[in-house]
Amino acid sequence: MFAFITSRILQAIPVLLVVGFIAFALFAYVGDPVTIMLGQDYTAAQREELVRALGLDQPFIVQYAKFVWAAVHGNFGLSYRLARPVSQLILERLPATIELAVTAAALALLVGVPMGVYTGIRRNSPTSRLFMVFSLIGVSLPTFLIGILLILFFAVLLGWLPSFGRGDVVHLSHWTTGLLTVSGLKALILPAITLGMFQMTLIMRLVRSEMLEVLRSDYIKFARARGLSERSINFGHALKNTLVPVITIVGLQLGGLVAFSIVTETVFQWPGMGLLLVQSIGVADIPVMSAYLLLVAVLFVAINLIVDLLYYAVDPRLRLDRRSMTGGK
Amino acid sequence: MPLLEVQNLTVEFPTRRGVLRALDGISFDINAGEVLGVVGESGAGKSLTGAAIIGLLEPPGRVAGGQILLNGSRIDNLSRDKLRPIRGKQIGAIFQDPLTTLNPLYSVGRQLVETIQTHLKLSDRDARERAVQWLEEVGIPAARQRIDAYPHEFSGGMRQRVVIALALCAEPRLVIADEPTTALDVSIQAQIIALLRGLTRDHGTSVMLVTHDMGVIAETADRVAVMYAGRIAEIGPVRDVVKHPAHPYTEGLMGSIPSLEHRVERLRQIDGAMPRLTAIPRGCAFNPRCPKVFDRCRNDRPELMEAGVTRAACWLYARGAAHV
Ligand SMILES: Nc1ncnc2c1ncn2[C@@H]1O[C@H](COP(=O)(O)OP(=O)(O)OP(=O)(O)O)[C@@H](O)[C@H]1O
Ligand code: SF4
Ligand SMILES: [Mg+2]
Repeated sequence: MFAFITSRILQAIPVLLVVGFIAFALFAYVGDPVTIMLGQDYTAAQREELVRALGLDQPFIVQYAKFVWAAVHGNFGLSYRLARPVSQLILERLPATIELAVTAAALALLVGVPMGVYTGIRRNSPTSRLFMVFSLIGVSLPTFLIGILLILFFAVLLGWLPSFGRGDVVHLSHWTTGLLTVSGLKALILPAITLGMFQMTLIMRLVRSEMLEVLRSDYIKFARARGLSERSINFGHALKNTLVPVITIVGLQLGGLVAFSIVTETVFQWPGMGLLLVQSIGVADIPVMSAYLLLVAVLFVAINLIVDLLYYAVDPRLRLDRRSMTGGK
Repeated sequence: MPLLEVQNLTVEFPTRRGVLRALDGISFDINAGEVLGVVGESGAGKSLTGAAIIGLLEPPGRVAGGQILLNGSRIDNLSRDKLRPIRGKQIGAIFQDPLTTLNPLYSVGRQLVETIQTHLKLSDRDARERAVQWLEEVGIPAARQRIDAYPHEFSGGMRQRVVIALALCAEPRLVIADEPTTALDVSIQAQIIALLRGLTRDHGTSVMLVTHDMGVIAETADRVAVMYAGRIAEIGPVRDVVKHPAHPYTEGLMGSIPSLEHRVERLRQIDGAMPRLTAIPRGCAFNPRCPKVFDRCRNDRPELMEAGVTRAACWLYARGAAHV
């Protein structure tokens, strides 16, 4: 088990180095940081001084090594736009994005999986048909449109929920949370639905089609022939067998939630990393952009690792090598 | 009173081009402790008969007529909730392919314990103990150590033994075994059949044994039903059906078998093919292929009638008809 995790982490290192290289190339060659930082008027001496201060006069490979070294230590330099350490900016914005993404993911799973199971079992009931129509809307409407429609109904027309911002937040040392105030929770509802909608309907459709497949299998027929309860068959034997493909997609989708959060955060002016990124792209704030890129890469690597571990937990066939050595045939 | 009575069972599939009648008036009994063999060409309706009895017809297939009685009470019209305690506890089932009939994600012990506890009020410990006993009874070596192993850790033959344990662990009165050895290696088929026969004899369980192997039927069954195109062509004690088949179709199946001592090989091919469900001829379904066909066969459908020791659906045995 430990060896498995270690090997997966080692495998992830080249991936991160490649992404790091792209982030670095962005850093070094897109736009001219010196011009951006100095503004319109500067002397040649000022320029040279800044170039040396930023280390831009050193050989390429040295610059890259320095970049990696700094990145490993959480140091991504200063934001051009705000002239503050990028790591500090990101840490400030991270809680908002994480709370939004986790809420959206929970919503997508807690609603999507039961709906998928239900529509898989009661294929032809009116409720199932309703869910399917609903899911079609969720899959096909673009995120920003869902957000705008939700704002239109619940914020503008009904006035029940705020249309932007994060509400009141509470500071817990380094973490700011909106989960502890009423206005924070209210502000979270619409963005979380907007962000989770696509994933929710995708999960529902996936679980449904996997359920249909599994329910036709011989082992389900045999479980029925043994008189097991419907609950045990549907939620035990069948659902568990749908998990392996579902975990794969869901894992990737949850990573995608962070990427999608850019749109949602823009629509709702949610003060998270997505909004930070959009603001940074506008003024070519390269250090923020490359740090964001690396962070997302690390996130995907972590999710992949978790997905692999979940496979391992769900499917005994993957544990074959370990068991058969001790089991004895 | 027989343990199981199937009376005039009819199974239909509604399709876009009309209703397909896949089983057409099947009637037979199985007595307590008896082994009824069921043979017939592919598509004759053997599996459907088993599925109808245990209430596992796949929609849109449905019982369109007749009745099924277990211990004298009807089970074909029960709700799902009323049928559930019968499945596994009164009627067990063994399927063809042990590679696909076990849930790959649950250990065999868990599957056994769940089945046992569904039907018997046993504590976790007692149920597990019972599961170990069953694994021992079906001949899994080192059962106590292997109980937490997963299906993929067993060979095909061992898995079918586990399937047999699962089918019998709530001690059903009847077990329906649909080609239990077809998917297995030839070298272990006989062992599995012997195991099934031994266990059911010990527990007094009746068996409906579907197979293509006449040798297996001859060795294990008490009576045999020969199916053709969704109907029973002939039914009777196995020796008589094999030695002195009455129905021309059975005769063709048995070929020129000299005696029971010679192992009978797979069903012999008869000229022509069994009709599709959409094109079952009027009268006797076998008439286009029958060497002894006569006028009446093409117009009237023969029901099962006395034909010496066995019963055959053939006009040759109509009272007053000249025996050919
Ligand atoms: N879902 C279905 N729709 C239409 N016809 C079906 C369906 N399932 C089975 N049938 C028909 O019912 C008939 C009997 O099938 P069954 O599976 O009982 O045959 P069998 O005797 O068990 O054959 P085999 O030896 O191949 O297992 C076949 O002609 C088949 O085409
Ligand atoms: S009824 Fe006629 S056609 Fe059918 S088996 Fe008997 S003789 Fe042959
Ligand atoms: Mg069959």
